Amino acid sequence: MGLFILRRLGVMLVTALCLTFIVFWLTNLYPNLEKLAKTQGNFRMSDEAVSSYLGNRGYLEPLPVKFGQWLGVVPGWVTELENGTVMGRCFPENASVEERRSFCGVLQGDWGYSTVFREDVGKIVTTRLALTGKLMLWVLVLMVPMALIIGVLAGMREGSKLDRSLSTVSIMSTATPEYVSGVIFIAVFASSAFGLKWFKGSATSAMENATFENFFLPVLTISLYGMGYIARMTRASMTEVMTAQYIRTARLKGVSFGNIVIKHALRNALIAPFTVIMLQIPWLLNGVVIVETLFNYKGFGWVLVQAASNNDIELLLAVSVVSVFVVLLTQLISDIGYVFLNPRIRIS
Amino acid sequence: MEHLTWTGALAPLNLFLALASAVLIIAALAQIVAGIVSSSGGRAVYADGTMDANKGVSGFLGMIVGYSFAAVVCIALIYIVLGAAMGTTAGILGAMSQQLVPVWLALVLTFALSVTFKRKLGLYGKLFDSTVGMIGFGLVMFWVYAGLFGGALDWVTTHDTLSQYSGMKNKAPGTPLRGGEDGEYIWFLLGGDNLARDVFSRLFDGAWVVIKIAPFATLFAFMVGITLGLPAGYYGGKLDTFLSFLANLILAFPVILLFYLLVTPEIVLTGIPNYMALVLFVFPLIFLAVLLNSRYYTQPSFRTPLLIIVLGFGAWFYLSLVSTDGAVVATPTYSIPGLPAFLDGFDIDPNLLVVFVSVVFVNAPTVFRIVRGLAMDIKTRDYVAAAQTRGEGPWYIMLWEILPNARGPLIVDFCLRIGYTTILLGTLGFFGLGLSSESPDWGTTINAGRRLLSIYPHAAIAPAVSLLTLVLGLNLLADGLREESLRD
Repeated sequence: MGLFILRRLGVMLVTALCLTFIVFWLTNLYPNLEKLAKTQGNFRMSDEAVSSYLGNRGYLEPLPVKFGQWLGVVPGWVTELENGTVMGRCFPENASVEERRSFCGVLQGDWGYSTVFREDVGKIVTTRLALTGKLMLWVLVLMVPMALIIGVLAGMREGSKLDRSLSTVSIMSTATPEYVSGVIFIAVFASSAFGLKWFKGSATSAMENATFENFFLPVLTISLYGMGYIARMTRASMTEVMTAQYIRTARLKGVSFGNIVIKHALRNALIAPFTVIMLQIPWLLNGVVIVETLFNYKGFGWVLVQAASNNDIELLLAVSVVSVFVVLLTQLISDIGYVFLNPRIRIS
Repeated sequence: MEHLTWTGALAPLNLFLALASAVLIIAALAQIVAGIVSSSGGRAVYADGTMDANKGVSGFLGMIVGYSFAAVVCIALIYIVLGAAMGTTAGILGAMSQQLVPVWLALVLTFALSVTFKRKLGLYGKLFDSTVGMIGFGLVMFWVYAGLFGGALDWVTTHDTLSQYSGMKNKAPGTPLRGGEDGEYIWFLLGGDNLARDVFSRLFDGAWVVIKIAPFATLFAFMVGITLGLPAGYYGGKLDTFLSFLANLILAFPVILLFYLLVTPEIVLTGIPNYMALVLFVFPLIFLAVLLNSRYYTQPSFRTPLLIIVLGFGAWFYLSLVSTDGAVVATPTYSIPGLPAFLDGFDIDPNLLVVFVSVVFVNAPTVFRIVRGLAMDIKTRDYVAAAQTRGEGPWYIMLWEILPNARGPLIVDFCLRIGYTTILLGTLGFFGLGLSSESPDWGTTINAGRRLLSIYPHAAIAPAVSLLTLVLGLNLLADGLREESLRD
């Protein structure tokens, strides 16, 4: 078991390194850098001005060197301008010689500086992640019980009317992407056109003070799309358990149907959905980006959009590291949890 | 000219529709509650030996649901049929129904032919045995025909999708045109958007964009996934480890981040999408070549001309697809020459190409994983062992023994994946990536409409509901296919 986790962690690190390198390469392509220089400097820069701007800031060094600097295994760039000022990756412009560090990268805990927000990347990511964590928490609180209830009820009698109607509900929910359900919810429940102003169409105020009125619609929008898939998996697992021998034995013993479902079937039927729920979390990230943009909730997804559309390299790298780790961690947890939940499986 | 109401002269029917739907909803909810509290009807045994079963509460509720559902469907049909005949006197719905007459005719014809010959049509024919599958197929075909007749042939649309009409900005559905000329359709059936364009016409033009891209992107993703997944599952070993690592790498990327990195004008400048197109589009060619070669290599006199014809045409198609203006990759600093312009069959808009490529790129790893899993399962079967004993080559076994036996799950996944691709296209449009901002596709329209959502929701709701129905149709179709393919 220990070896298994270690090997998985190793694969995780390699994957994260590969992915960050791909992001690094794509964001450091010359047209992207040119756009960055023009948005940071001014839009009418000549080509020479762009290349001297980029050269002075270490953007034109070879890609592996730049990546090493970002990681913190290669000393950061230092440029001495013609007028004598010294600029460097690891120190502010007017730092004295003793204050100049040579290494600053992820390994030193330094995530860099965001060119859009003009703030430390580490700080932005932690504050925004906290906001998104709040959103995700409520999404899970709403989505998981609803999905499990629908799945179990649909799966306990396969082919019944109840199964048919609940399965239709879950198919409908998987067919409604967030930007469709969000638009419909806002139009129906928050617009003046329908006159039902039950909720707020924007969740900006929910960042400080989340209330049912301003937070329910975004949470519902994300949960709805993920719910259908989990419910269908729960249903499949439940129908399989309900045909098992021990359920038939219990019925023949004369145990009531309710007791069979709750005491005998439920525990075994919930093993598969656990994996599905864990693997669904990275997919929720997509929903988070869409919903945060739609409802103007300035969390992690919103930062992703801002960083990506402005080619904010270091912020984008931090965002991708975080999201890649979320994906890989949930995969690891789902594998380990599966072993603990299902005593028949042993990893050797 | 006055405003059109939703139902016009058919307004008296609204009451019946509302009644029938209310009964349907209440009965359906009651049925769900009754389903939790189990109540199978009691059976009475009489002295003369006969038995009598009463249906119980759930049977009764089921009957109500059935009848009210039939009533709702009937009333909806009346709206459509009478609307098609009466046109604008039957309000917006009637006018829309009249515009959609070619679509209705095509649908009726498709269903009539398919139901008549369903026993001779294999899996497709069996689809017409399941209600869910038929509903799904109907929804999908509605949008296919609507896209074809509306976007490609302009039979359905009422106005030009890009021209702006004065005074029509954000106008509600059914608003008449100000100073409409002769021969011009005088209503904006679904209102105007924030640039005073006709929402109704843009809706059907947008349908054409989706119908054009989604199935082909999915098909290409399947070709890539199958060509790589079969050997990975069949051979296993190092090849499998390497390909699986690559697939997991792409899957670990958040889709939206990938889109933001790949689908930008700056990336188009570097020519990366063209390189990706070069690589991804060659897979169908490899697939076809291997497929035919592994089958007919014992008859060279037949195989060689067949391969020359198929691959010749395929290569021309491939080169036309990847080259624009005589170059495969054209960046400001260098260019790689491709097919000369006089041989180039068609050019693809670079924006469309990058959207297409990235959608294929995102979908292919998932298909790869499914095919790999299926191949690993099927290669242990007896018929594969028999083929190996016969001395068949590995590619023959993969493509002519394993692949046909994996078709059930693959067809089902194909339907689901077209739906997912549609959602991805919408996501791209929603973030304003790829297609130009005046493109009529649904995602872009939703994105444009969402800013004024709380005041003028109609411009965003129309494409949202359309996308919902198309994806729902594809999911129902997949469900019906799964049910029917499991049956035998």
